[in-house]
This record gives sequence, structure tokens and C-alpha cells, in this order.
Amino acid sequence: MQDTSSSALRPASRTEVGVPTSRQEYLSFKLGAEEYGIDILKVQEIRGYEPPTRMANVPDYIKGVVNLRGTIVPIVDLRIKFRLDAAEYNDFTVVIILNVSGRVLGVVVDGVSDVTSLCADQIKPKPQFSAAVDADHIVGLGTVDGRMLILIDIERLVSSGELALGQSPGSLQ
Amino acid sequence: MADTHLDSPKADAGIDLTQFYQVFFEEAGENLDRLEQLLLAIDLVTADDEVLNSIFRCAHSVKGGAATFGFGDVAQLTHQMETLLDKLRRHELEPTAAMVDVLLQAGDALRAQLLRHQGGGAAPACDTEDLQSALRSLADGQPAPASARPAQPATPQAVASPVPAAAPARAPGNEARGLELRVGPLEQPEQAESLADLFKEIADLGSFEPLDGGQDADGVRRFKVVTTSSDADLLELFSFHVAPDKLSLMPLGPGYGFHEGAPGAPESTEAEPEFGFFEGAPGAPGAASVASAASAPVAAAAGEAGGVAPVTPQRSAAAKPSAAAADASTLRVSVEKVDQLINLVGELVITQAMLAQTSSKLDAAVFQQMAAGLADLQRNTRDLQESVMSIRMIPMSVVFNRFPRMLRDLAAKLAKKVEFVTQGDSTELDKGLVEKITDPLTHLVRNSCDHGIELPAERLARGKSETGTITLAASHQGGSIVIEVRDDGKGLSRRKLLDKAREKGIDAPETLSDSEVWSLIFAPGFSTAEVVTDVSGRGVGMDVVKRNITGLGGTVEIESCEGFGMSVKVRLPLTLAIMDSMSVGIARETYILPLSSVVQSFSQSEQQMMTIGGSQGQVVRVRDEYLPVIDLEQVFEVPRNGALAPPSILVVVESGGMRMALRVDELLGQQQVVVKNLEANYCKVDFVSGATILGDGRVALILDVDSLVRRSRH
Repeated sequence: MQDTSSSALRPASRTEVGVPTSRQEYLSFKLGAEEYGIDILKVQEIRGYEPPTRMANVPDYIKGVVNLRGTIVPIVDLRIKFRLDAAEYNDFTVVIILNVSGRVLGVVVDGVSDVTSLCADQIKPKPQFSAAVDADHIVGLGTVDGRMLILIDIERLVSSGELALGQSPGSLQ
Repeated sequence: MADTHLDSPKADAGIDLTQFYQVFFEEAGENLDRLEQLLLAIDLVTADDEVLNSIFRCAHSVKGGAATFGFGDVAQLTHQMETLLDKLRRHELEPTAAMVDVLLQAGDALRAQLLRHQGGGAAPACDTEDLQSALRSLADGQPAPASARPAQPATPQAVASPVPAAAPARAPGNEARGLELRVGPLEQPEQAESLADLFKEIADLGSFEPLDGGQDADGVRRFKVVTTSSDADLLELFSFHVAPDKLSLMPLGPGYGFHEGAPGAPESTEAEPEFGFFEGAPGAPGAASVASAASAPVAAAAGEAGGVAPVTPQRSAAAKPSAAAADASTLRVSVEKVDQLINLVGELVITQAMLAQTSSKLDAAVFQQMAAGLADLQRNTRDLQESVMSIRMIPMSVVFNRFPRMLRDLAAKLAKKVEFVTQGDSTELDKGLVEKITDPLTHLVRNSCDHGIELPAERLARGKSETGTITLAASHQGGSIVIEVRDDGKGLSRRKLLDKAREKGIDAPETLSDSEVWSLIFAPGFSTAEVVTDVSGRGVGMDVVKRNITGLGGTVEIESCEGFGMSVKVRLPLTLAIMDSMSVGIARETYILPLSSVVQSFSQSEQQMMTIGGSQGQVVRVRDEYLPVIDLEQVFEVPRNGALAPPSILVVVESGGMRMALRVDELLGQQQVVVKNLEANYCKVDFVSGATILGDGRVALILDVDSLVRRSRH
């Protein structure tokens, strides 16, 4: 992941393709040492982590389901999904409840930092990776106070089927 | 409303059908709205197949309902629309603007016809002959005769107006009268408008409509009043707003210029004498006497009739209030609102449980009052939960009751003898599902009667009894609701289906399995009936059935045996259903078993365990039967964290006639659980049919016994 930051600073990659032009707010959160950002409008709420009900025969990053005021919500541990080193559950572990394309899901992260407003020129396009790094869902890299924010398109991540969440309710028709 | 049908052509309308009229009118209204929207949005050059199919389905649904309830004129007109639409969707004709116009007019005429039926059929029948012939000639590929158009626009208005007049009709003893009110001359004619507000504020007063299009003539404004109050009362009331000497009341004259000078004049004058149809119309005396007699004798009769009891008083009550009042007795609330309520109550229950748990540690002597308060809270919460739950759950009998009459009419029309049997009437089903399952079921039942059951002579020739049987059965099975439509008719013919499929250009090799052949009938436009009738045979039914059920997340299975009948099983997921369940513990996890599938349970050590082919094939002997044992710990990969497994308990479950034993650690108890589906936010999980929320707020998975049994077979 080291080359991620260096390539972001490379001036050659300033062509802004597929990056929103207006100012947008992102919720930033930590996964291990990395800091990520997602569109704040997709966030429904933030909760503390509570052990979900485990399910058998599901991918390891699906921790199970929890009861969110009567709704059964699957919990995805992004740390496992993004193959980060450790996935510990402690007092700072939080779950971001997202509402994406008609589906509610929770993602486990190592902690929520803040809400950052980024305008287009603060967002750099993602660098080219080798096939080893799965970067399909990354929209760009934001820079805030010298920190690098990996902006992910959560909608794409969820609807791509990569999370094995099944068909989205909207596409059932 | 019911009594006003006495003078309608369908005076013999079955008692049990009237209660569904309102539902039909609402549904038909929605369908017509949709039809109109689709027609208006249609792009004539590149008409989308999907849109044309949707339009066709709207008309088809209205027709089906109208035929069921005996509204012949509506069914007739929709039949003509359908013929045209059918050609459009088959691309035998290209849509033209003229067609859209005529179809829209037909939609308006349908609305008027429905409004007439809703108002009790007292208004003059709409003449749709011109429209029908226009539709026919369009369907034949000719331009619409020009004469068809101008006749129509007046009709809906003329028919629509008497209906509000019917609204205030109340107690039969105090009949509504049509009056003409003259106000003025006034300096400010607008003052008269305040009278209209009076009628809005006082619900029982009656109706109030401006005549002459609300324009004053020399400062005098005229209004049409339909009310049950006396002249003196009215004048007294009006004098709050307008000086009494400026007011005059007179009976509404026949043909009084209500629509004077309007294009629809001839028709509207015809409508006038009918105004106070509670006085003059032939049906009125009957209505009054029935309604007044309804109180005692009918109630007594209802008592004898047993199960009919709740229906009959309701009907006599419904006889008095008008269509408007019927609207008020039920409330259409969006399902989301109810769901939200249910979720909130669920939260409340959990909070209450938490409070109860915490308070149990307190010294009861000191916090006596609080303990009493908490006990009240517990009781109230439970009651609240039950009432809220009951909002959504309705028994299947509500759906089933629609069919006997429909089948009777249908059988008579087709000259067949059919007996209708229902099973599992009291199976409770979510309201949302009930609404959506009704149409598909109607199609299935009609199909069974039309295509399935043979003519009496044919049946006798085949050695069957003259009377065919159509069975509708509902049950909870393996975490789903299964509704089966079964008939003992001729069944599906493999040969015919394959031939028909090839004729339609569907790839259908001989090697298809039976069930694959049966499912051919779900292809759009597929019908094996030789003649297209207004019952069925257009091939629209089954693809709609399939689409609707798939839309609900359900499946349709067909079993058929040529010569002996067929069965269509509709399996629906439990999106929200209350289920009696048994909760079992495995290590530290809790799983829920549907109680309906549990046969018995016992301690494993008491019984003889045996293996077949090594430890993989464990069987247990129960009552001289060897049952396979499924270790849930293995199936669900339950972590033990090193703890030793306690002596197991075996729970014998049954599904689809197969039994097996599930090994669990302990039985935790029986309770009613609310079934939530996992698919809403996640996907189907193996061997799990849904989830529920336990008293402590945790989620527990509900086992799909059906698929567990199937797994053990393979």
C-alpha cells in the first residue's frame, strides 16, 4: 500500500476522470492504518459493535446479522474484505449502517474519524494498480491536512455482487 | 350500498359478494388510473412491448373483476378493449393516435360505469355501443367511425353527478330530497359560497352543488341541495350566513336546467327524475323496508346461520350509509406505516423486557409502586403488540370467500358441474400478500374451471363423477405459505403443450422433463384453449400469475396427471407472518424450528443410535422406523470453543411426508415469533428460511426444515 500515496502525488495523474466535480462530504473512517472515505449521504447511522448472529456457509467477511430496530441487517467486516492484517473487536470498533440502493447493511470499521468536505481538485484519480490490488470500487484519493483518504464508491461495491449480498431488492423486478 | 342494487340487473347478487364490491372498485380505479397513465405516456412509433403488455393486463384485470362481480356492461366494454389491445401487443396492428383516443374514452366510460355501480346502479346506464363498435372496427384494422367520439364526453359527467346525490341518503325513514335553493339578490354573490362550506362542515347535512356552473344571474345564485333535513331547519342554518329573506327553497323540478345548454343536455335531463332515487326509483321502497327490517329478524337469522353472523349485520348496516360512508369505515393505510408501527412496538417490547429484567433485582418492598407500574406496562405492551400484529394478519378465508360465487357463475356459463372445497381457511397471511395473491389465485381458479374440469358427459365417459372438484388449500409449510389450487379435471397434456410451444416458436425438445413442459404454460401469450372466450384462453393468465408470484418472491409448481387433474402450488415466503415455533440451543447459539414441523423430541441416550456406512450415516430408531439423524452443529458449523458437547437431544421433524431427526443441545422453549426475511437486505442462506428477533433483541435464524429434509435425501 506504500506506493499508493506516492503515486497520488504524481502530477501526471491529474486528469480527473469519473470524479465528482462539485463539493461533496465524506465520512472518513479507519481500517487498520488506512483511512477511507464514503459518501456521507449513504450513511444512515453509526453504532457500536455488537456481536451479530453468525450464519453458516457465508463468506468470512460477513459477520452475521443484527437486529436494527426490527430490521435484519447483515454486517460486513471491511477489514476482512479488504484483506487488512488484523480484525480486532474492541471498544472503538464501530459499525456504519449504510443505506445503499434500497438495502441496509452495516460495515465494521476500526473507528470513525470525521466528516470531510472535499472539492473536486482535492480528489486525485486512483493510480493504476497491478491486478493484485482490487481497486475497482475506489473512486479516487482525497487529501485532507496531508492525510490520504481512499474514497470508495460503496454503492458500486455493494451492487457489484462482490460482497455476495445477493440480488439487491431493487433488481428483483 | 347493497340494497340499492335491488333495481340493478344483478339484483340477485350474492350476499357474500357485496362486501367485496368496495375492494373491486378500488382495484379497478387503480387499474384504470394506470391504464390512463400508460396510454398517455405511450410512444406510438416505438411502442414498448412491456408497456403494451401492461396496458393489456390493466384492462384484463378490470374485466376479470367485473365479470366476477357480475358487472356485465363493464366486462363487455373491457372485452372489446382487450381484443384491440391483444392485437396491438401481438403486433398484428400498429398503435395509432386514434386508438389511444378511443381507448382513453373507453377508460372514461369504464370509470363512469363503475361509478354508477358504486352508486348503486340507479343512474342511467352509459351507452357504450358507439365506443364498442369503434373499438371493434379499430381492432379490425379500420379507422374509427367519427360518430363514436362526440357522444362520449357527456356521459361520464351526466352519470357522475347523481352519485354525490346518493351520498347523503341516510336513515330510510327520513328520505333525502332534492331541493333548489335560490340565494339573492345579494350585493356580494360570493357570500353564497359560505353556504357550501356549511355542507362541508356538517357531515350529515347532505350535498350542495352550485347550478348554472356557479355563475350568478342578476345577483341570484342557485344551488342544488340534497338533504334529509326539513326546510325550516335548513333555512335556520343558512340564515347564519345569508339573510333569511334572501333565501328560497323549492323542490327540484324535473329536468331543471342542471346542465342547461351543456352539450350533454339530453342525457342529463334524463338523469334528473332519478335524482331522489330513494323516493321515486323502483328499488327504493324495497331498500327502506329491508333496512328497517334488518335489525331484529335478520340478526336472528344470522344467529342461526352461525358463521355468517358477522357478515349479515354488517350488511344491514351498510345498507344505510352511502358509498361515502363506506369509505370512512375502513382506512387505507400504507403498508410502510404499519410496518413502522410494528417495528416500533417490537422495540417497545424489548425495552420493556429489559426494564423488567433490571427491576427484578430491586427490592420489591421498596419499589412496590414501580413494580406494579412495570407489571401494567408489560400487560399493555403485550396487548398493544397483539393488536398491532393483527392489523396485518388476515385469514385466507377473506380471499377464498370470493370464489364460490365466481365459480358458480362460471360453471353455469360453461355448463359444467363444479364443487368448490377450501382447506386451511384460517391460515393467517400477511395483508400485503393477501392483496397481491388474490388476482393470481383468481386466474388459477378460473383456469381450473375453464380448462381443467371437463363437461359432465365427458367426465361420466371417463368414469369420473359428474361433478368436478376444485380445491383451494392453504397451509404453512417449511417456513413458506403454500396455497394450492387443485382440480380433478383432465390435467395437462404433454403432447398438446409441446405442439403448442413449437407453434409459438418456443424451443421445446422432446427431452424436456414433465415439470419443464408444464412450466411452458407460463410463457407469455401461451394458451392451449382452442377458443378465446371472455373466461380465459388468451394466454394472459398464467404469465401474469407467474410474474405476480415471482414478484412476491414466491414460486409456482405444477403437478399434473393427464386425465386425473392437476395442481398448482403457489409457495410464498413469509415476509411477515407469526409462527408458532420451538427454539433450540446448539452450543451458545439459538435456532428456531417451526412448531408445525416438529413431531416429537427425546433424549438421545434413550434411543438406539446406529450408523450406516460409517459415522456419516447415522440413523435412529423411533417407533419402529429408522430416521436419518442430522447434526445441526455440523450443518451450521457451530463453534464449540473447546467446550464439551452435552448429551444431545433429538427433535423429530417432518416435511413433505419425510421424517428425520435433528440433533441439538437443548430445547429452549416454545413461543410465537415474527418471521422476518433475510433476503430484504441480504440473500438466501442455506437451510434458513428467515430470521426472528428474540426477546433480548438478538437475531435467531429460523430453520428451513423442508430444505434440511431434502438435503438428507441427497
